[in-house]
Amino acid sequence: MYGEGLLTTLGLLLSSLAVGGVLALVFALALTGRNKVLQRIVGAYTFVIRGTPLLIQVYMIYYGLAQLEWIQTRWDTVWPWIYFKDAFFCALLAFSLNTAGYTAEMLAGAIRETNAGEIESAQAFGMSRFQAMLHIVLPSAMRRTLPAYSNEVVMMLHSTSLASAVPAMLDLTAAASRIYSDFYLPFEAYLFAAAIYLCCTLPDRHFQAAGASFPGLSGAQDSQRPALG
Amino acid sequence: MTAYYSSILYGALLTVGVSLAALLVSVLLGLLGAGAKLSGNRPLVALATGYTTIIRGIPELVLMLLVFYGGSIGINHLLELSGTGATLDIDPFTAGVLTLGFIYGAYMTETFRGAILSIPRGQLEAAAAFGMRPVQTFLRITAPQMVRYALPGFTNNWLVLIKATALVSLIGLQEMTYLAKQASAATRSPFAFFLFTGSLFLIYTWVSLTVLRKLHGRYSLGAKRPEL
Repeated sequence: MYGEGLLTTLGLLLSSLAVGGVLALVFALALTGRNKVLQRIVGAYTFVIRGTPLLIQVYMIYYGLAQLEWIQTRWDTVWPWIYFKDAFFCALLAFSLNTAGYTAEMLAGAIRETNAGEIESAQAFGMSRFQAMLHIVLPSAMRRTLPAYSNEVVMMLHSTSLASAVPAMLDLTAAASRIYSDFYLPFEAYLFAAAIYLCCTLPDRHFQAAGASFPGLSGAQDSQRPALG
Repeated sequence: MTAYYSSILYGALLTVGVSLAALLVSVLLGLLGAGAKLSGNRPLVALATGYTTIIRGIPELVLMLLVFYGGSIGINHLLELSGTGATLDIDPFTAGVLTLGFIYGAYMTETFRGAILSIPRGQLEAAAAFGMRPVQTFLRITAPQMVRYALPGFTNNWLVLIKATALVSLIGLQEMTYLAKQASAATRSPFAFFLFTGSLFLIYTWVSLTVLRKLHGRYSLGAKRPEL
């Protein structure tokens, strides 16, 4: 039971981080871009996402959207809407939109704080705006976002416990709740779940310590960088 | 319909109550924790480090369920052993306040520790040179200055805490998320009720943010701001 729950939890975590990460990149570019309208819209989005509890967002998508007739008439047949009947999809959607809001702001902050010299030298090399963004600004901003992002990953792991609030989901917390209600052993049930969550955060702490020297994120030029420590 | 909305508004008062009470608990625990971490006393440091590491590694919801379900059984078990025959029910409000306070106390510990460390050492040495006792030093020198350094982290913690009060609905406290869920089950129009509750949360966080920003400006008076 815990194994199954753990798989759901990790599955939710990884897929929402992946979807949320891609969205966050797009949103961060919109937040720092020149288009004022787009900037306003995304700004309002992150304000709402970061200002309301995730539980409300999950309820909104799982229970709330089902109320709308527009979706109700479509979710039996029309393609993207059939997924709204699936609890896993609803949870995934809520978590991805949530983490995208937080990550976008972090990344946008890092992009804004990019050292002026880096951008100037990119221009001196004759790079276009797009090239400078892709080769200079983004890799450097991502590296600077990493410490904050690893916090966000831990937060997201914790947030996935809210999936247990959706009746059809069996994540780690829901598994513990079920064991509690079956055997009336709250301490053992929840303590064990807590221990598993704690163990899941350990690799992240390690990852955090590795910090800026984490490879993979910053692309090819990393191979030329001297190893840190 | 309007009755449901007004009941949610009434639940909002409970949300504010829970969050403020939990804030009080967490600030007290945070100060104690930061004091313990900086005390240099081995067992105290180990205790505080264990507290912050473990609490920050476990989801709030799991801790809340653990305290609410596990805690009441544990306490009643202890009472049984003591043989007084007394029983104690932890109500959701107390459980919510204590759990949230306990959890965010760990985050506050880290915030306050960082803030205290940001105060120049010379200030404390000067206080010692004036012959101030530790309590005096804390009240007159450390506390007024750490506010400025602690406020940004404190603001973050507070916003997360507000949003975490929605979780207390899952252990049965009838705050606004709980009432919204009840209302949407009864009327079959969840969208409207969750939208309403979400907006109330948004107002609450926005007001807090504005107030705390003002406060930060006030405490940063006289601080040098380097200009590029």
